[in-house]
Amino acid sequence: MRYIEPHGHMVSRTTDDYRAMTMAGCQAVCEPAFWAGFDRSSAQGFYDYFCQLTQHEPRRASMFGLPHYTWLCINPKESEDLALADEVLAIIPEFMGSPNVLGIGEIGLNKNSRNEMTVLEKHVDLAARNDQLILVHTPHLEDKRKGTRLILDVLKADSRIRPERCIIDHVEEHTVKMVLDDGFWAGMTLYPETKCTANRAIDILELYGDERIWMNSACDWGISVPLAVPQAAQEMKRRGNDARFIDKVVYQNPIEFMSQSPRFTRPEEL
Amino acid sequence: MADRKNILDLYFLDARARLIDIAAFMDRVDRAGGGADFRYDAFREALKSLGDGQPGRAEKVLLAFSDPTNEPIPEATTKAACGAWPGANNG
Repeated sequence: MRYIEPHGHMVSRTTDDYRAMTMAGCQAVCEPAFWAGFDRSSAQGFYDYFCQLTQHEPRRASMFGLPHYTWLCINPKESEDLALADEVLAIIPEFMGSPNVLGIGEIGLNKNSRNEMTVLEKHVDLAARNDQLILVHTPHLEDKRKGTRLILDVLKADSRIRPERCIIDHVEEHTVKMVLDDGFWAGMTLYPETKCTANRAIDILELYGDERIWMNSACDWGISVPLAVPQAAQEMKRRGNDARFIDKVVYQNPIEFMSQSPRFTRPEEL
Repeated sequence: MADRKNILDLYFLDARARLIDIAAFMDRVDRAGGGADFRYDAFREALKSLGDGQPGRAEKVLLAFSDPTNEPIPEATTKAACGAWPGANNG
């Protein structure tokens, strides 16, 4: 089996996880910027984090021959403080030229507040001005339906944004249709409790097809499973999905989306 | 199209176990003291969509727990989501 982990917060994971992922067939890992589980006290904290994402983490992944890509932003969980967000937005361009940066992400909303919306719009503008791909985090649990609708409205209101260059992550049964119908890519996050289980994700694939959609583990410091994608692929096989369908979802589709960035190289070409 | 028997062969025991877990959870809540809770109210409301015999049950369950409003809130006073919408005046 071969697969790509298109959304993994590897700074939170052990080196053993890198080893397990590569042994399971992982060909590349992509790491969006996110919330550390606590609020950073200043823009300098983000500066250090962006250094970690663009310098240190690619070196750690390379110990296992694993290409590492990243996305930059201030996470919506830290977007209520507009002054801090502006400071962080100002330092992002310094890192955009790093060879492993694919775009702006994971931006989006958390509690669907006005300030979160303001910071989302600023990120979208930053991405548009710099021709960057966009990776979007949609809110958790009871906030997801409303937040996904608000996010899609922001993206569609900006004429510079092309939906095929944006992935809307963490979709579930009540949001996947609106995302795909508007022409965006959809990501399904495989979490044991709070997002999609493997079986629900496979149900969604069987109902909505295999175009513009991927699965990820979003493994981080919380309850999450770094091998969730290959485990889901195994479940697809058990359910009788054919090998080409599985390969498209877990390998070809992430490549198709991320190859829109000139920084992404197909694993077989490395 | 998948064969129903195959799907049941694969998933019946797992679903059965989860259903018993839900039943035990509800018994546990009922045994416990305390007043009404919006999360449990939403839970019982969500259960109704399992028995209507119509497809799209997972989506209906998710919507039963979701914030149905469409406007941004004035300010985020917490980072966490609790799994059910507390209502417009209880966020």
